[in-house]
Amino acid sequence: MDGSSALATVLIAMLGGAIRVSTPFLFVALGEMLTERSGRINLGLEGTLVLGAMSGYAISYHTGSPWLGLLVAGCAGMMMGALHALICRLPKVNDIAVGIALMLFGLGIAFFLGKAYIQPSAPRLPSIPLGFWSDNPQIAQALQINPLFLIGIALAFFLAWALKNTRPGLILRVTGDSEAAARALGHPVMLIRLIATACGGFLAGVGGAFLSLYYPGSWNEGLSSGQGLMAVALVIFARWDPIRCMVAAMLFGAAGALGPSLQAIGITQGYYFFNAAPYILTLLLMIGSAGSKKALRDAPGELALTR
Amino acid sequence: MNQPVTVPAGMTASNRAGGERLARFRRGAEAVAIPLLALLISAGLFSIFLLILGKSPVQFYSLIWLGGFGTPFSWSNTLLRAAPLMFAALAVAIPARLGLTMIGGEGALVLGGFAAAAVAVPMIGTTNPLVMHALMLMVAMAAGAFWIGLAGGLRYYRGVNETISTLLLSYIAIAIMNFFVEGALRDPADPNKPSTKTMLPETMIGKIPGIDVHWGLAAAVLTCLLLYVLMQRTTYGFACRIAGGNPRAALAQGLPVGKLIVSAAMIAGICAGLAGYFEVAAVHGKANASLAAGYGFTGILVAFLARHNPLAIIPVAILFGGIAAAGGIIQRRMGLPDASVLLLQGLTVLVLLASETLYGRFRLFNPTIRTERT
Repeated sequence: MDGSSALATVLIAMLGGAIRVSTPFLFVALGEMLTERSGRINLGLEGTLVLGAMSGYAISYHTGSPWLGLLVAGCAGMMMGALHALICRLPKVNDIAVGIALMLFGLGIAFFLGKAYIQPSAPRLPSIPLGFWSDNPQIAQALQINPLFLIGIALAFFLAWALKNTRPGLILRVTGDSEAAARALGHPVMLIRLIATACGGFLAGVGGAFLSLYYPGSWNEGLSSGQGLMAVALVIFARWDPIRCMVAAMLFGAAGALGPSLQAIGITQGYYFFNAAPYILTLLLMIGSAGSKKALRDAPGELALTR
Repeated sequence: MNQPVTVPAGMTASNRAGGERLARFRRGAEAVAIPLLALLISAGLFSIFLLILGKSPVQFYSLIWLGGFGTPFSWSNTLLRAAPLMFAALAVAIPARLGLTMIGGEGALVLGGFAAAAVAVPMIGTTNPLVMHALMLMVAMAAGAFWIGLAGGLRYYRGVNETISTLLLSYIAIAIMNFFVEGALRDPADPNKPSTKTMLPETMIGKIPGIDVHWGLAAAVLTCLLLYVLMQRTTYGFACRIAGGNPRAALAQGLPVGKLIVSAAMIAGICAGLAGYFEVAAVHGKANASLAAGYGFTGILVAFLARHNPLAIIPVAILFGGIAAAGGIIQRRMGLPDASVLLLQGLTVLVLLASETLYGRFRLFNPTIRTERT
C-alpha cells in the first residue's frame, strides 16, 4: 500500500469514525449545554450515559424494538437528571459534587442491573446507506449513517434557533445568567432548572443508547470511555453554543476515530497513545479556551464552573 | 463552617467560656451525627433495593461484617485496602480545603506506581534494595506531584476547571501506563497479563510485625496525622483554609493564592503517588492494569464522608476497606454482582451530599439559631 492511498484510507475511516463516534458526543454535549444554560453543571452525565446504554440495550433485547429501547434510555436519563436537579435545589448543596456522586451511582446501577445483558445480543438500530453513489466500498461503509446523527444535527440547529428566538429560550437564558433577574420577572427558577436538567439527562440517555445499540453496538462495562465527561469540557470549548457544540462533537469524533483508523492500515504501535488522543485534545482545548475573555463573556452568569 | 457563635441574651460573662466550649462540642457532634445519619439512610435505601430484588439485607450486612471485620484474616484484608484508600482520600481532602474539587487520585496513583515500577526495572537484582526503594519512592512522589500539581497550575493560571482536568489526566495516566506496559517495558518472561518486570519478593516492602499488613498502612496513618497537623496547626494550613473560604479576601490579605493552590495540589499528588508506590512495592511487585483498581474513586467518597478532615479519614477508610474486602464473599454467597459495592458507594455519596443541607438546621447542635423565617 503506497503512502497516498494509506492516507486516504485513514482519512475516510476518520470521516466515518467522526460521524459514528461523534453522535453520542453530540447528544451529551447538547444536553449538558441545556443544563448549563440554566445555570447548573451536571457532571453526572457519564453515569447517565452508561445507564442509558444499559437500559436501552436491555429493553431492545426484551421487546425486540431498538427504538423503544432508545426511548426508555432517554427516560432513564431524564430521571437521573431530575434527581440531580432535585438534590441540587436543597440549600448548601454543591452541584459539581452531586454530579460526581450521580456518576458513581449511575455506573453502579448500570453495572448491577446490566450484568445479565453482557452475553445476549439485542436488535440494533438501523442505518441509512448514504454512500450508495460511490463504488468505493470504504466510502460506502463510512457513509452508513444512523438516523440519530441526522436527528442530532437537526436538534442542534433547532436549539440554536429556539434559544435565540423563542420565549422558553429567553426564560432559560435569563435563569442561567441571573437568578435574581429571573426571580424578579416571576419565573420559577428551580422548576426551570429541573426541566433543563431533566431534558439534558434525556439527551445523554439517548447518547448512551446509541453506544450500545449502534456503535460499538453491544453492552459491556467498558462501553463508555469518558464521553460523558469529555462532553462537559466540550461544552465549555463550544462556549455554550449549540452549533459550536456540533462542530466540536465532530472534532472529538474524528480524534476518537484516529486510533482505530490507524490500526486499520496496520499501524498498531502506539495504539494506547492514539486512544488517549481525545483526552489530550480535550485538555489542550480546555487550556486554550477556558481562561479566554470570550469564554468568560459567553458563560452563563450563574455557572459555578467559571466563578 | 465555623460561623461566629452569637451568645444568647441572658448569658453572663462568667459562663461565656463554658458556652463557647459547649457550642464547639455541639458543632463537633453535628459533624459526626449528620454523616452517620446519612450512612444509615443510604444503608436503609440499599436494603429496600435488596428487598425488591428478593435478597436479604440482614444477610448482606452480616456478610459485610464477616468479610470485612469478622476474622483476623478479613481484618488484614480490610487494612490492606484501607492503606491506599487513606492516601487516595487525602489526595481529595487536601485540595478540598482550598475549595478545589480534585478527583484525579486514580490517575496519580497509577502514574506514581508505574513510575516506581519503571525506575526499578533496570535495578532488579543488581542494586542495593535500599537505594532502589529510595529512588522508587522519590520517582513515585514526583510523578504524582507533577500530575495533580499540573491541574492545580492550570486552575490558577488558566482557569481550567480542576474537576474535569483531573479526570481527563486520570484517563491519560492510565493510557501512558498501558502504552509502556504493553510495549517497551513489557516483561517477556511474564506469561500472564502484560506487566513490567517483577521485583524479587525478598526486596519488596515487608509486613508490619504482628499483623499481616505491609508498612504502607503505617505510612498512610502517619501521613494522615502529619497532614492533620499541617492543615490545622500551621500558618500554611491556616492560609489554605482562608484561601478556600474566600479567595478574594485571601488575595487582599496578600496571601500567595496561586502558590497555595499549586502546592496543595502537589501534596495531593504526593499522597496518591505514595499509594501507587506501596501498591507496587508491597503488593504487586510490578505495574500492570490491576493498579487502576478504583482506589482513587473510592477515595473521593472516603474524603467526602470524612468531611475532608485527615484524622477522620483513618476510620472511614477502614470502614470502606472492609466493605470492599467483603465484596468477594457477597458475590459468592448471595449471587449479587460485584457492582453492588459500587452501587452502595454511589448511593452513599448521593445521600451524604444531600445531607449537607442539614448543617445548621438542628436546634440540638445550634442552640442559637432562630426559628426559620417565613
